[in-house]
Amino acid sequence: MTDSLTIAGKTYNSRLIVGTGKYKSYQQNADAARAAGAEIVTVALRRVNLSDPEQERLTDFVKPDEFTYLPNTAGCYTADEAVRTLRLAREAGGWNLVKLEVLADQKTLYPNMPETLEAAKALIADGFEVMVYCSDDPVYAKMLEDAGCCAIMPLGSLIGSGLGIMNPVNIRLIVEQTRVPVIVDAGVGTASDAAMAMELGCDGVLMNTAIAAAKDPIMMASAMKHAVIAGREAYLAGRMPKKMYADPSSPLAGLI
Amino acid sequence: MLVTVNGETRSVQPGTTIAMLITQLAGESGKDQRGIAIERNLEIVPKSEHACTVIEEGDRIELVQFVGGG
Repeated sequence: MTDSLTIAGKTYNSRLIVGTGKYKSYQQNADAARAAGAEIVTVALRRVNLSDPEQERLTDFVKPDEFTYLPNTAGCYTADEAVRTLRLAREAGGWNLVKLEVLADQKTLYPNMPETLEAAKALIADGFEVMVYCSDDPVYAKMLEDAGCCAIMPLGSLIGSGLGIMNPVNIRLIVEQTRVPVIVDAGVGTASDAAMAMELGCDGVLMNTAIAAAKDPIMMASAMKHAVIAGREAYLAGRMPKKMYADPSSPLAGLI
Repeated sequence: MLVTVNGETRSVQPGTTIAMLITQLAGESGKDQRGIAIERNLEIVPKSEHACTVIEEGDRIELVQFVGGG
C-alpha cells in the first residue's frame, strides 16, 4: 500500500519531521534523523560565529542533499522578523518551503496568531510555501489555510514541554476541516503521543526535544518512527467502537 | 573604514567587496558559500552579486547560515 504524504506538491514516504536542535553533536543529530526515517528536517538561521568560524557546520553532517531542509523562524516575535529571516533562508538555501513560527513570549513560546497570519500572507505573496506553526484554535487554523498555507501545524502542547496532546478534541476538529496536511508540531514527549496524533487523523508529526532529550536519542528516534507508522495504520484501519461492557472473544456456542 | 558585521564593528579596506569580506571572516563557511546568506543594510545581496558589491563606510552587514534548530 502506498501511503505517502504530499506537501506543496512534493511527496514524502515518511510522516515524521524532526528538528536539528539540542543534540549533543551534529553527528548524533544526523544519526537520529536517519533512525527516525525522516526526510524533512527543520533548521534555524543564525549569524555565522565570526570569533570561531571553523566550528562544525550542520550542513556537513545533516546534508541538504540527503534531507529536505525546512528553515524555521524560531526566535522571531514579529511578522517582520519572521519574513526577514525566511527571505535570508531562501537566499542561503534556494528553497521556498519554510516553517513559519511567530512566538508570543519566552515563557510559553506560544504562537502569536495575529502576527503569524500577517507573516503567512506576506510570505505567500512573496512566493513561499508556508508550513505554519499555530495554536490548536480551529478558527485561526482555517484562516491560515484560507490564506494559502501548505500545511497547518498546531501544537500538541508547549514547545519542548513533552506534555503530549493536551487538546485532542481541537486537533481532531482541525483535521476534519482542513484540506492541506495537518502536522502536530510541538509537545510530543514519547512514542504514545506521536501515535495518538496520528490516530486522530493527523498527516504527520514534527518533533525535536522528544528525541534529542531522550537518554538514548537514536533509540527514541526509531521508537518515534514506529509510533508514527503504527498510529497512521491504526487510523486508516479504523478502530473498534468503545463499549461499556464486555464482549467475549471466544464463541458462546459449543460450551461443554 | 568602519562597518558593522553581525553586530560587531570591524575595520575593512576601502574597495572591499562582499565576496572578499566573506572569505576574510567566515572560515569554512566562506570557502563553501552555498549555505550562507548576506544582508546589507536590511537588503539581501544575492550570491551572484557578492563579487561586484563594494562595501561602503557604515554599512551594516549580516552574515548568516543554517544551524541546528527545532
